[in-house]
Amino acid sequence: MSTQQSPSERGRIWFEALTGGAGVVEHTPQSVRVADAVLGGEQTRYLAVVADTHNRFARARQGELGLDEACALAVHVRRTIGADRQRARRPIVAIVDVVSQAYGRYEELFGIHLACAAAADAYASARLAGHPVIALIVGKAMSGAFLAHGYQANRILALDSPEVMVHAMGKQAAARVTRRSVAELEGLGETITPMAYDIRSYARLGLLHKLIEGVNADAPGQTDVERVRVELLAAIADARAGTPELASRLASSAACQTRAASSEVRRRLAEQWDAA
Amino acid sequence: MNGVAAPDCRRFLARSSFIELAARERARAILDVDTFRELVGPFDRCKSPWLPLQGIVAQADDGVVLARGTLDGRPALVAAIESAYQGGSIGEVSGAKIAGALELALKDCEHGRPVLPLLLLETGGVRLQEANLGLAAIAEIHAVIIALRRHVPVVGVVAGMVGCFGGMSMAAALCSRLIVTRQARLGMNGPEVIEQEAGVAELDSSDRALIWSLIGGEQRHAVGLADDLVEDDAAAIAAAVRDAFALGPPLVERSAQVDYLVKRLACIDPQRPPDAIALRRLWREGAVN
Amino acid sequence: MRMEKIELDYPAGQAVRRRVHVGVVGSGDLEVLLEPSPDRRAHVLITTSVDGYGVIWKHVLDRFFERFEGAVSIEINDFGATPGVVMLRLEQAAEALRA
Repeated sequence: MSTQQSPSERGRIWFEALTGGAGVVEHTPQSVRVADAVLGGEQTRYLAVVADTHNRFARARQGELGLDEACALAVHVRRTIGADRQRARRPIVAIVDVVSQAYGRYEELFGIHLACAAAADAYASARLAGHPVIALIVGKAMSGAFLAHGYQANRILALDSPEVMVHAMGKQAAARVTRRSVAELEGLGETITPMAYDIRSYARLGLLHKLIEGVNADAPGQTDVERVRVELLAAIADARAGTPELASRLASSAACQTRAASSEVRRRLAEQWDAA
Repeated sequence: MNGVAAPDCRRFLARSSFIELAARERARAILDVDTFRELVGPFDRCKSPWLPLQGIVAQADDGVVLARGTLDGRPALVAAIESAYQGGSIGEVSGAKIAGALELALKDCEHGRPVLPLLLLETGGVRLQEANLGLAAIAEIHAVIIALRRHVPVVGVVAGMVGCFGGMSMAAALCSRLIVTRQARLGMNGPEVIEQEAGVAELDSSDRALIWSLIGGEQRHAVGLADDLVEDDAAAIAAAVRDAFALGPPLVERSAQVDYLVKRLACIDPQRPPDAIALRRLWREGAVN
Repeated sequence: MRMEKIELDYPAGQAVRRRVHVGVVGSGDLEVLLEPSPDRRAHVLITTSVDGYGVIWKHVLDRFFERFEGAVSIEINDFGATPGVVMLRLEQAAEALRA
């Protein structure tokens, strides 16, 4: 079984730093923080998933994305879409620090796969409705939890910090499943970029809009927060200047290197799509 | 044999297992006869760039079969995952094939040439040997399913024996209509991983009856997480697919019925959680309004 | 256990007009891609997850080409199939060519 560390506080810290404690939407569960705060003169909705050790589901007490969390994200993102239908589409910022989706018998029985899909659907629908959706990775962005909370964003930003990582499965679990040692997995990550755990390797996949360097991720000061606000605004402007699809992920120069096969597949598909 | 048994016996003998078919044959079995045309097939040799680096032999189609054809004469696209290769896991290329094909279907739909998208989902989720590129591709698959649903229903089939897990279980949940067999399983985390992470008391992954009672096709259908429960027969599944498309899009997609989801979860007390059978009563249509 | 590539070459008579594919790279199985060869010879490229069996692969392919005359390029992607399964898949491919 995995060793129990105290849950990460990064999501909460950055949520409070960016919103300044203002415009909080009171609701349950406590594990999903929602607030509307001003960014660059514009109302912006922030959402974060944080640990709640009193979560009514025992398997979601360490900051995992569980049934209630996924549903709450879907609810509050959809309320944003509804509220802005006749107005300017406010930006939506997903502050991402999620160690995994919740693992449990009841999570499966009650359909966590659908709850996560509902969250992803809400974010994607917001993007398609014209809201600039930005994912700001301040800690872990793992597997189903990241698919639900962040991966449907127009633009993905990440802090350049050792604890920041994107992956399909935590090291210990992945080592057990693939019957390798953690050291072997880390070794593979050195030559096989998509297997690596560090955020700089992830940046080489061309999926990140910006890797934000030189920021204190654990205890951000005023300048750190200002720096991130500037990057968020730039990402929002960039999203608004582009189209709502995720095509920009394949267009970056990094992607042309590390995701060349993805583009080649699409090129051949386009060639073969209509019968000769 | 009495008069009742004989017709059952004939029908049983005439039954042709869908589960036993490889992905290519499954796609062919569902599309209208003689309309199957494969895209980016084995001879395109779009293989995984990452598996040979780890000493794993790459399959020429990377475990996904894409085919255009028709369903009752209507243009269709089938993406069928081959579960015998790497557990049907999604890597860079297999994920790009599914996402890229759906993206082209979307383009056609946007230009007034509807294409019916069908996903044959037999997958353990992300291929860990390609981790982040598999995960990214799954996000792109989610994105295009959501966009496609605005034009046409997206239909999924989970037949077994591998089932549909990981990020692709979210893809199943995003489908407008989902067809399952009794042999199917549909869940986010595989039983082995849950046992590994949470202990055998949480879930004994060797208890097959328990697993199917929680996440099997019949249970998923009984609680409204799948739309159609069909026997393991190629003709029956082909018919169910046509019926699903003929129904047209649902009023509200399952993954967009957020208030309903919240209500269903609200009537669960995690201190006294219902078991699988009790959940069927709790969540039966009309019980939650 | 390491991945191994094996190349084999045979004289061939019959030109071949089509290409066929059989099999799956599943545990204990293999896929065979067979297409017209660019010259009057048959070329075989095997990629296998199990090394050290070059002699056995040659034996199986020798036997196959005793009866099969096509000028083909064969690509085999193998995940630990037994010689019996290899021969089965090759014969399936030959059969598909005749169909």
